[in-house]
Amino acid sequence: MQDIINIFVKAIFVENMIFAFFLGMCSYLAVSKKVSTGVGLGAAVIFVLGITVPINYLLENYVLKEGALSWLGPQFAEVDLSFLSFIMFIAVIASLVQLVEMIVEKFAPALYGALGIFLPLIAVNCSILGGSLFMQERNYNNIAEASAFGIGSGIGWFLAIVAIAAIREKIRYSNVPAPLRGLGITFIVTGLMGIAFMAFMGIKL
Amino acid sequence: MKLFKNLLESVKPHFEKGGKLEKLYPVYDGFATFLFVPGHTAHSGAHVRDGIDLKRTMITVVLALVPALLFGMWNVGYQHYKALGETVGFWDQFLFGAIKVVPMVVVSYAVGLGIEFAFCVIKKHQINEGYLVTGMLIPLIMPVDIPLWMVALSVVFAVVLGKEVFGGTGMNILNPALTARAFAFFAYPSYMSGDKVWINTSTEAGQSVVDGYSGATALGELATTGSTSLSPMDMFIGSIPGSIGETSVIAILIGAAILLITGIGSWRIMFSALLGGVAMGLIFNWVAPYATSPEQQSFMGTPFWQHLIMGGFAFGIVFMATDPVSAAQTTRGKWIYGFLVGLLCIMIRVFNPAYPEGVMMAILFMNVMAPLIDHYVIEANIKRRKKRVQVKVKTA
Repeated sequence: MQDIINIFVKAIFVENMIFAFFLGMCSYLAVSKKVSTGVGLGAAVIFVLGITVPINYLLENYVLKEGALSWLGPQFAEVDLSFLSFIMFIAVIASLVQLVEMIVEKFAPALYGALGIFLPLIAVNCSILGGSLFMQERNYNNIAEASAFGIGSGIGWFLAIVAIAAIREKIRYSNVPAPLRGLGITFIVTGLMGIAFMAFMGIKL
Repeated sequence: MKLFKNLLESVKPHFEKGGKLEKLYPVYDGFATFLFVPGHTAHSGAHVRDGIDLKRTMITVVLALVPALLFGMWNVGYQHYKALGETVGFWDQFLFGAIKVVPMVVVSYAVGLGIEFAFCVIKKHQINEGYLVTGMLIPLIMPVDIPLWMVALSVVFAVVLGKEVFGGTGMNILNPALTARAFAFFAYPSYMSGDKVWINTSTEAGQSVVDGYSGATALGELATTGSTSLSPMDMFIGSIPGSIGETSVIAILIGAAILLITGIGSWRIMFSALLGGVAMGLIFNWVAPYATSPEQQSFMGTPFWQHLIMGGFAFGIVFMATDPVSAAQTTRGKWIYGFLVGLLCIMIRVFNPAYPEGVMMAILFMNVMAPLIDHYVIEANIKRRKKRVQVKVKTA
């Protein structure tokens, strides 16, 4: 139980997707103009990460890994399908994003309009595939740990996009030099936020 | 004074429109308004409740910092001669400290104000006084042994990337002084942390450092061994190793009193940060018996009130967390912000082995989160008021 909590907290703060790995930057920079849309996209990312990571964990451990297919019979013990992992992970992610898109379109049409192209683009959001690949690399022991990691990374990403959206709403009234307006200042803000998130670097859990 | 006034009047035509030095008008304006109250008046009705302006605010904060600065100078000398095992008089100690600290202050002001002036001239702005406080804070939160060029470089980073890219005073998101310290901390860790940097141990012929002398700060000792050799009374007075301005709780309390009486520092932030620190300290005291290692156990068991007088906690919550620009702006937001600053500070100290001191990172982190807190406080307020309106409509 303690391991699961540790993985969860670590994924949110210490190994934050944005500030520690700089993954998922495109939608983070593009959809962070308003807090409300940031919350919407962040929630979608939590949902997708929280489901894809455990599903991919099952795929990885019962289909793709070397010897993972041995539950079918002893003759499959030698089979190694790990070269398929990218395709399989992406397929899972893409189909889930389709699902999210349909749900959002049905229940929150305003949000659907605000997110625009970036909702289907969650499918190619680096933090989503990154979550699955980190899960593969870190060899979590069971599906509970994998889900804790997935949901935690999602919440970390959510926190980052909501925080920067609030900051961008605030600096809208700042007198930023003309060449830096828009994305330029957002990159600088992200760097400064990265410094602030260094507060949690080095915590051992 | 008359002399200055005449001088300013005589050079004024050069800086006005059509004059030779028209481009440098912000520099002239900065000097003129620094010395005199500007002569121009409002054209239409003004709603003045108090004559306070940015200049008076900033000067008050600088005044509030003076006790910490003077004490810091003395302490630098005191620690130096203590490390060498020599006993010298008060003024010798003070003089030694002044020789070390004054150049840092001068460098910080010269570099920072230089950049600020340059930006104002380019952008044709009025020069703001915001840097007066930052320039005083930066030397006070640095270790005494740091080379002057590092101070200068941190100032450049903080003023350009922390402040001027956002449009100058009042627009930044992080506290510029803490940005400078964080920059120096991550760029030159060996000069900013450890046991050696807090005391100047430079020796001349015939001098040597006392055997077995430790220059570790109270928090540094706690993080490694779980206990500290420094007594609480010393920590309160401030005759301990540490950053220049942070050691003396008494000097900081004098500054806090000035800020609170003049109403410039937010009492809500100071008080709630204190509450947060006490709360986290009590939680750690409570869970201490369950800690895994004996060092951790005794670190967590440190009485909660000692956390408040160790390290930079007092300095941070009085002078940095209350920064009106980067802190939360709403009343309710200030309570939340301050409480979390105190909480996180103690948590980082105890939990994070990478940093013995937590107050810098705690305040920076909450600076990042402050706009979000404000956003939700305002949203909640809007929701509450909407509800009130609806209820009224129903009854009517």
